[in-house]
Amino acid sequence: MSLLTVWMSSLTDQSRVYVPADSAARSVGADGVARSVEELGLPLKRPGSRGLYWLEPLLEVDSEQGRIGFGPLRPEEVHGVVDETGRPNLEHPRCLGPIERFEPLSCQQRLTFARTGIIEPTCIDQYLATAGFTGLRRALELGPQDIVDEIKLSGLRGRGGAAFPTGIKWQTVLDAPGDRKFVVCNADEGDSGTFADRMLMEGDPYCLIEGMIIAGLATCAEQGYIYLRAEYPQAYRTMQAAVSTARAHGFLGGDICGSGRRFDLELRKAAGAYICGEETAMLESLEGKRGVVRFRPPLPALKGLFGEPTVVNNVISLATVPVIMERGGEFYREFGSGDSRGTLTLQLAGNVQRGGLFEVPFGLTLREAIEGLGGGTASSRPLRAVQAGGPLGAFIPESGLDTPLDYESLKSIGAMLGHGGLVVFDDTADMGALARFAMEFCAIESCGKCTPCRIGAVRGTEVIDRIRAGEDPDANRQLLRDLCDTMVEGSLCALGGMAPYPVLSVLDHFPEDL
Amino acid sequence: MKIWSPGSGRRIAAFTGWSMGETDQLISQICGEHRHREGALLPVLHGIQDALGFLPPETAGRVAEELNLSRAEVHGVISFYHLFRQHPPGQRTLYICRSEACQAMGNGPLIDHVREKLGIDFHQTTGDRRFSLEPIYCLGNCACAPAVMLDDELHGRVTSDRLDELLD
Repeated sequence: MSLLTVWMSSLTDQSRVYVPADSAARSVGADGVARSVEELGLPLKRPGSRGLYWLEPLLEVDSEQGRIGFGPLRPEEVHGVVDETGRPNLEHPRCLGPIERFEPLSCQQRLTFARTGIIEPTCIDQYLATAGFTGLRRALELGPQDIVDEIKLSGLRGRGGAAFPTGIKWQTVLDAPGDRKFVVCNADEGDSGTFADRMLMEGDPYCLIEGMIIAGLATCAEQGYIYLRAEYPQAYRTMQAAVSTARAHGFLGGDICGSGRRFDLELRKAAGAYICGEETAMLESLEGKRGVVRFRPPLPALKGLFGEPTVVNNVISLATVPVIMERGGEFYREFGSGDSRGTLTLQLAGNVQRGGLFEVPFGLTLREAIEGLGGGTASSRPLRAVQAGGPLGAFIPESGLDTPLDYESLKSIGAMLGHGGLVVFDDTADMGALARFAMEFCAIESCGKCTPCRIGAVRGTEVIDRIRAGEDPDANRQLLRDLCDTMVEGSLCALGGMAPYPVLSVLDHFPEDL
Repeated sequence: MKIWSPGSGRRIAAFTGWSMGETDQLISQICGEHRHREGALLPVLHGIQDALGFLPPETAGRVAEELNLSRAEVHGVISFYHLFRQHPPGQRTLYICRSEACQAMGNGPLIDHVREKLGIDFHQTTGDRRFSLEPIYCLGNCACAPAVMLDDELHGRVTSDRLDELLD
């Protein structure tokens, strides 16, 4: 990878050892491995994670062939993989060879996640040394319309789930009259099976900051907010440190890079409401209110935060903007298939052998993702279902696995790509219980504004309980379908409007369970 | 008078006990720090909870007065968000992820194990006040499921044995 080579060539002294400081890597013991490295007296660096989570804790050591990877490691194995002089033991059974040539990584197309897992997240010098802020510098030379045109050309669509073309959203905000405009980053990644936002914020926070500044320049907004989940305390600390450093280096504030242009950022901590991932509920929450969804229209692009025109984008959409500005919209749109341009940050989770993040061009099939990249189920039992797109996404049976992973193809089978997370279940999964959970979750997280969602989800849970208890199952199944129909057609937002999809998919594809 | 500083630790404050006057002063101080921010209510409530471990009953009235809001508005916000709590938690809080990826990796038996071990259900605190148990919907550790968080420390690939080690 070019970024790595550039940065590696700047290293002159002793070889270094790298152990991720990503919270998921730490959750399975990376800190213990890091302590063992320090005990050996070797210089230690703590980057983010490569996203190869089945190999965490993953340790890497510099060598003439690039970084050599070892994993998953226990602290007591460290002295066996690297000696006191920092030389890697290539014969060790946990040796993965040069990590950049390791197939699960080399088969990817890392654009948004080019630096994650390589650089130390809050070190601004390393960010600058790996082409950081190059996209911003180019944006500063262009006018707002030129930036918007570049994003339109790239074909980038919202990576949060709705897949709305980012360039068109920015155009609407740019054209909207208003004295004040805002850029809001939706970092309330609450869908089960997704962790790309967390990984990026913990591994390459300046990339998100750079994307937000460019969004500000493109739409003439001077203030940005990052609405970040309280469930991600480490991402919050990393982003907070990066925002202060960026400000101290003149990338944020009243005079960005001496251009006279203004943009500043504020981090806001959420408080555990799933519904605040819905953009209008998030805006209410940022205003200091209950996270209750708003009627649309007006669109947030015209009347958003504090009633002003507002760009609301997901973390990954915004973090993809710098590479588009650096290498051009034409370059980015070469990747992908159909109307899904660029790369997909695929996240494999649940009962899968190789769970992690894979940045690949759109168009791979579900089977290629789960069996090829993921290596099948972790339990080695037959696969029963895959849930794509979080708790509001349908359960896809084995027969649907040849569907390509792009927005339109998944939609055509009644599923959705969402934020790119796939949760795999083996044949021990109780699909009836999962359908019940979908309704229960909707009842817990409903904001309460509209009746189909607030009451429907509670009644849905009860009806599923009755079916599972064998009470008049045929009539209750019909009732459940009617109720789902009411929720889909009558709810104000995607929570009530889509929570029925996993339920209906169980009725359709796994009737033996419900 | 106790001096509050940011991040002074929820565990200590929640158990030393603050007098009514001290709590009032603390709330005023935190409101003062955030008053200049637009839509300051969530940062204010987080500040109070970080200092005290929970939002005591006088919060709604005091914050309403300081931020020129109605008491109902503040109460409405406190009661809306799952992570704002109105009762003192145990010394440590164990959050167990209930979401689908963790279900796929068998979080059910893990939840049963914890309930039995601590003798409490979700949203409860043990009699000795050492632990509170809370459900949580996704910790972003879905590739290393099942996941739990002890205070703000994330743990992945958690088994019943591993959980026992964490709690003992």
